[in-house]
Amino acid sequence: MSEIVEYFPAILQGSLLTLKVALLSLVLAVLLGLTGAAARLSTTRWLRFPAVTYTTLIRGMPDLVLMLLVFYGGQLIINDIADRFEIEPFDLDPFVAGVSTIGFIFGAYFTETFRGAFMAVPSGQMEAARAYGMNRWQVFQRILFPQMLRHALPGIGNNWQVLLKSTAIVSMIGLTDMTLLADQAGRTTHQPFIFYSIVAAIYLLFTAVSGWGIVRLERHYSVGVRRATL
Amino acid sequence: MLDFAIIIDSLPDFARGTLLSLQLMALSLLAGFIAALPLAVARSSSSVLLSRSVGFYTYIFRGTPMLVQLLLIYYGLSQFEWMQRGWEEGNLVLLLFREPFFCAWLAFALNTTAYTTEIFAGVFKNTPLGEIEAGRAAGMTHFTLLRRIVIPAGLRRAIPTYSNEVILMLQGSAIASAVTLVDLTGAARYVYSRHFAPFEAFIFAGIIYMVLTFFLVGIFRFAELRWLAHLRPRS
Amino acid sequence: MKKLIAAGALLALVMTGVQAKDWTTVRLSSEGAYPPFNGLAADGSLNGFDIDIGNAICAEMKAKCTWVKQDWDGMIPALMARKFDAIVASMSITAERKAKVDFTDKYYSSPLALVAKAGSTLKPEAAALAGKKIGVQRGVIADNFATKYWEKQGVKIVRYAKQDEAYADLKAGRLDAAFADYLEALGGYIDTPAGKGYAFAGERLFGKTAEEKAVIGEGIGIAIRKKDTDLKEQMNKALAALRASGKYDTIRKKYFPTTDIYGE
Repeated sequence: MSEIVEYFPAILQGSLLTLKVALLSLVLAVLLGLTGAAARLSTTRWLRFPAVTYTTLIRGMPDLVLMLLVFYGGQLIINDIADRFEIEPFDLDPFVAGVSTIGFIFGAYFTETFRGAFMAVPSGQMEAARAYGMNRWQVFQRILFPQMLRHALPGIGNNWQVLLKSTAIVSMIGLTDMTLLADQAGRTTHQPFIFYSIVAAIYLLFTAVSGWGIVRLERHYSVGVRRATL
Repeated sequence: MLDFAIIIDSLPDFARGTLLSLQLMALSLLAGFIAALPLAVARSSSSVLLSRSVGFYTYIFRGTPMLVQLLLIYYGLSQFEWMQRGWEEGNLVLLLFREPFFCAWLAFALNTTAYTTEIFAGVFKNTPLGEIEAGRAAGMTHFTLLRRIVIPAGLRRAIPTYSNEVILMLQGSAIASAVTLVDLTGAARYVYSRHFAPFEAFIFAGIIYMVLTFFLVGIFRFAELRWLAHLRPRS
Repeated sequence: MKKLIAAGALLALVMTGVQAKDWTTVRLSSEGAYPPFNGLAADGSLNGFDIDIGNAICAEMKAKCTWVKQDWDGMIPALMARKFDAIVASMSITAERKAKVDFTDKYYSSPLALVAKAGSTLKPEAAALAGKKIGVQRGVIADNFATKYWEKQGVKIVRYAKQDEAYADLKAGRLDAAFADYLEALGGYIDTPAGKGYAFAGERLFGKTAEEKAVIGEGIGIAIRKKDTDLKEQMNKALAALRASGKYDTIRKKYFPTTDIYGE
């Protein structure tokens, strides 16, 4: 039993790292998602086309494959450029590679979520707003965005949960997150079940806190909406 | 730049891997979709008991990484004496857990059911009040209301989000390679370790995943055109 | 004005490349999943024979060493991508690997061996293993050997990312045998409590033909980038010094008190 407890501090530290990666990636992903959704719904072709390419390309490959490519490929490219200019190449550390890859990947998924949410706001609302003389930015800010958020929140909640968990993959590029540590601990003590359960429990804790936050947000943005009870 | 000889040499491995990935994904999604419909109805119902019970299940499976679930089922369960004894004695149910394919399918199915349930419950709950009132005014029973209004309209609105889920499942199936399954990613890792060629192995696998994804996206775009046309943006 | 000069000096220092071309700091890498040669302590740090040898070599070189953990699959590409300067992870010296990287002299050698339940009648031959499930770590010489000589004869090769995963599945009953490095299996499994009830099946494989020997390799060495010839020289010198002074044996005895692992 004591040998199991020995591994606890390391696993807790790993969980903090997991959280850091997830939060930073989320910021990047939401920014990319809003931009992407706007571009995809735009009427101009040269905005729509790259956005579609972005979402289909990124959503087209597993996180694992992309992360390996970014990590090894990225470093090789940096080395190449550095060699050409005869400067010291900077090290693409696993943290940066992990955050950028995950942020990029989920930017594509958030684009779809926001796109669906934008579409779910009845266009009559926008028409009425324009009829009132609001300019496009005011329509977006006062009418479209808040209502869009209500429709987007389940999707955002979903995506955030998925993002948080996909951080487990960063263990494969050498980042000592808690999944990797549970792997090692489990194999050394030959008791993988307890360690994976602990990691699962920590993730559940993160999820509980996130879920509570999302519910509060949903409630805030659903003020005044009449909901049917089924 | 890319050594095509390696790729051509490994085509049979990639082909087999692709087939395995598709099988795993299709079987998991099928189980997930079928299980999610009744569960989503329960989840979106006004009965606290029903909603909370299903909610507990989705909480557990959405709240933990699929990788950890998979490792728990494959490695975690196999450490136990009673499981190993079951295998030696030929216990048919327990023997299922000896197979990596079953373990992966189970983990994926449990996972996608949870997500799909939440997606469907979300759209069911967001059925516009007017449609419900109209249905009730027309004298529909609760069940008919579900069957003719809530579920069909809900499933339509769920198409963009569900398309995400399907594609996530395709990509997620890559972790099957963590438990010895030689799916597409497993094949790529094998080719990579054989030839030390990360680009050839992973870019080619990535391309295959992309082709599969394009295909799926095409199907969903068709679905959107057919069933979600009323919400398309107007220029 | 002073600040400007200081900044300029700093810039000049950075631009001339602080990276150790004179090798006063060396970044070493190991897997951490291959006990007793490289494993992980409870706090996540690397330990094991490889780590001790690496530290000892650095001490001889009077260099400061830092360790980077790296999954086995990505070892050589990470070395090429300059994430570290040397691999001390029980990597065998084979012609296939020499195409990409260079190796120091060997620091131990080991044959291959089959591990199965005690009393098993299995033998490391294709005929005896036909239809059986054999577990290997992906990308090690056991994998190369099994793939080349056994897979086509109907032996099912199951590949794992880490050696310990294969042992876990062997214990659980998913595999009929594991095929691995003899010394690693001895010190990392059979002699440990987890390996109780398991033993070597059949003889150890040193390679009968020249072709087999080429697959098994010429011993275990430290991998470095081809252009770092000065690092290779310094490491070889340090290794020879360790052997001569007896420090090598001291380290070896910690893990293998009765076996000589250096070989011929």
